[in-house]
Amino acid sequence: MGLYRDAYTPVWGTKEELLASAAVAPASTEEVQAIVRIANEFKIPIYPISTGRNLGYGGSAPYLSGSVVVDLKRMDKIVEVDDTRHFAIVQPGVSYFDLYRHIQERKLKIWIDCPDPGWGSVIGNAMDHGVGYTWGQYRDHWGSHSGLEVVLANGEVLRTGMGAVPGSKTSAEYKYGFGPTVDGLFAQGNFGIVTQMGIWLMPEPEAYTNGVITVPRRRDLVELVRHVNYLEDTGLIGHPQYGSPLQAGPRSPALAALMNKAGGPSDEEIDGFAAAQGKHVWRVELQFYGPPRTVQANWDYARDRILAAIPGAKAEQGETHRFPMSDADKEKLPHKVAMGIPNLNIFSIGARTPLNPTPQDGHMWFAAVVPRTGEAVLESQRVMADVYRKYGLNVGGYLQTPATWHPRTFIMIVGFPISKTDRAISDRSLAAFDEVCAVSAAHGWAEYRTPPLKVDHVYEAYNFNNHVLRRFIEQLKDVADPNGILGAGRGGIWPKHLRGKKK
Amino acid sequence: MSNAKHSLARQFLLAVAAFAAAAPALAADAEHGHAVFLKWCAPCHSAGIGNPGAPMKPGTYALLAKYNNTLSPLIEERTDLQPDFIRVVVRNGITIMPFSRKTEISDRDLDDLVAWLTRNNK
Repeated sequence: MGLYRDAYTPVWGTKEELLASAAVAPASTEEVQAIVRIANEFKIPIYPISTGRNLGYGGSAPYLSGSVVVDLKRMDKIVEVDDTRHFAIVQPGVSYFDLYRHIQERKLKIWIDCPDPGWGSVIGNAMDHGVGYTWGQYRDHWGSHSGLEVVLANGEVLRTGMGAVPGSKTSAEYKYGFGPTVDGLFAQGNFGIVTQMGIWLMPEPEAYTNGVITVPRRRDLVELVRHVNYLEDTGLIGHPQYGSPLQAGPRSPALAALMNKAGGPSDEEIDGFAAAQGKHVWRVELQFYGPPRTVQANWDYARDRILAAIPGAKAEQGETHRFPMSDADKEKLPHKVAMGIPNLNIFSIGARTPLNPTPQDGHMWFAAVVPRTGEAVLESQRVMADVYRKYGLNVGGYLQTPATWHPRTFIMIVGFPISKTDRAISDRSLAAFDEVCAVSAAHGWAEYRTPPLKVDHVYEAYNFNNHVLRRFIEQLKDVADPNGILGAGRGGIWPKHLRGKKK
Repeated sequence: MSNAKHSLARQFLLAVAAFAAAAPALAADAEHGHAVFLKWCAPCHSAGIGNPGAPMKPGTYALLAKYNNTLSPLIEERTDLQPDFIRVVVRNGITIMPFSRKTEISDRDLDDLVAWLTRNNK
C-alpha cells in the first residue's frame, strides 16, 4: 500500500502516519456503486481520491488509517466540452493536462483555469476548493463548478442542479436547479463520491498583456490593495500577483538580519532599507485579457489611476501576446498558468537547485483566510512572523504577500518543510503549524484547506455558537451515511462512532 | 453469506481484479515508453524554462545541481540509467518528487519507460 501514502506527510514512518489498508480502482459509476454497497454491508471505511495529487494537503492517503482507498484515476472520460457555451463535463480521473490536451487536439477556442500542478484532477481540485490564475470567477474552481453526479453512501446515484431533470442539457450551466442546493456538502466533505462534474471555462481571449506597478513604502500596500480591489471587482484585471522587490534574487544577509531583529523591523526601517537598495517595498503584477485595444486601454487606466494616487509609484508594462499561440511560443511563457496552460513548473520551488543543494522532502501548507486589505496583510505578517521567528522557520515574514487566487479574499499561505529522514524538521513544522493556527484564530483568520493531520485543529476555529455549523453537518452525516463509511474525517466531519475519540 | 452478499462480494472482487490484473508478458515497447515519458516525466525532466525566475524545468535544474554537469541533467540523454534505479525512483519518489501509483504509470508502462530511458545505454 506504499503507493497510497501521503508523499508529503510530516509523520512519515511513524505510528501517527495515516495509512490505507487496501485500494480499489473502479472504472465506472456502476463499479463505484458496487464498492459503496459492499463497504456498507461490511462497514468498511472507504476514502475516495481522484488523482491523489493534493500534495501538501494529504495526497492519496486517507484521514483514517485502515480505510480502503477508492482510486478514481481510471474514471478519466471527458464527457463533453462546449466552446460556445464554455463548459466541460468530466470524470474525476481527468487531470488538467488531460483536459488541456483534449481542447488543443480539437483546436477549441477555450481556456481552462488551472492550479500550479497540472497533474491534479479537475474535480478533485474544485472539491478541495482549489484555485487558479486567470480571470476572477474562473480562479475559484468550486465556484465555477456546475452540476454533480454523486454516488451516495447507500449506493444510489444523485444528480444535482439541472442534472436532476431527466433530459436537461443545462447541468453544466445552471448550477442551482430548484430548491435547496446540496453541492457544498460534497466539497471538502464526505457525503458521497463525485463521479462527474461540470466546470465553467473561459473563452480564449484575443490578447493578453500585463504590467507591474511598484510602490516605495511598506504602508503604501494599503492604498495599493484598495485600487487593485477596485480594478478586480469591476472586471478590468485578472489575477493580481503581489510580491516584494526586496525578495528578488539571492537572499541578502543584511535583509535577513533586519527581518529577524527582536520585535521585528519597523515600517521606517524597512522603507529605509529599500531606499538604500534603490528598491521599492511592494510590487503587483496585473493581468489583462480581452481584445487588443481593450487590454491596452485597461492597463493604461490601471497605471494612471495608481500612479496618481500613490506618490513615488512606478509602472512598467510587460509582455503582450495574441492568441492562438504556437506551442513554441507557449513554451517560452514564464508563467504558463496565467494563460491557462497546465505544467509542473511550480516544483521549481522546493526542488534541488544550485542555491538549494539540500532540498526538503515536501511541505505542509498553512493557508489562512484574511481580509482583502493592506491593513490585514500588514497585521498578519507581524502576528505570524513572531511565530515563524520563534521556531526558526524561514517562511512568511514582514514581506510576505497574500495569495490572490480567490477573487474576494486574501490567503496568507506558507509551506512548512517536512523531511522523511530528519524528524526534527517535521516536528518543528507541526508545532509551528499548531501555534500559528491558534494565533490566527484569535484574530479571526482561519484556514480554508489543510493537511489531514490538522483537520480537527483547523475546524476548531469554526466554533461560532458552540460549533453549531459542525453539529448541523454531523446531523446530516448521520442520516446520509449511518454506517459512517465515507471519507471519515474529511472536512473535519467524523462518523458518529469516531467523534471525540483518538483515531 | 446471503446470495445478495455473494453477488456484492463478486462485484467487489471483479473491480479489484480489473485493477490488479497483471499484463501478459510482452517485450517492452520503447516507443510507448517515450509516450509515457512525455506524459509523466517531461513536465519536469525536459528542456525549457521553469517557474518565473527558474532557468530550467524543476527536475532538469535539480539534476544539474546534483551532478554539476558531470552527467546530463536531461534524463532522456543519459546512457547510464539502470532499470532498477528508474523503477525505484518512479515507485518511491525522491526529495519533493512524489511516487506514481499503478493507476497512473502501470507496471507495463514502467517497463516501457525503462526501455525508453535505457535505449542508448552503453
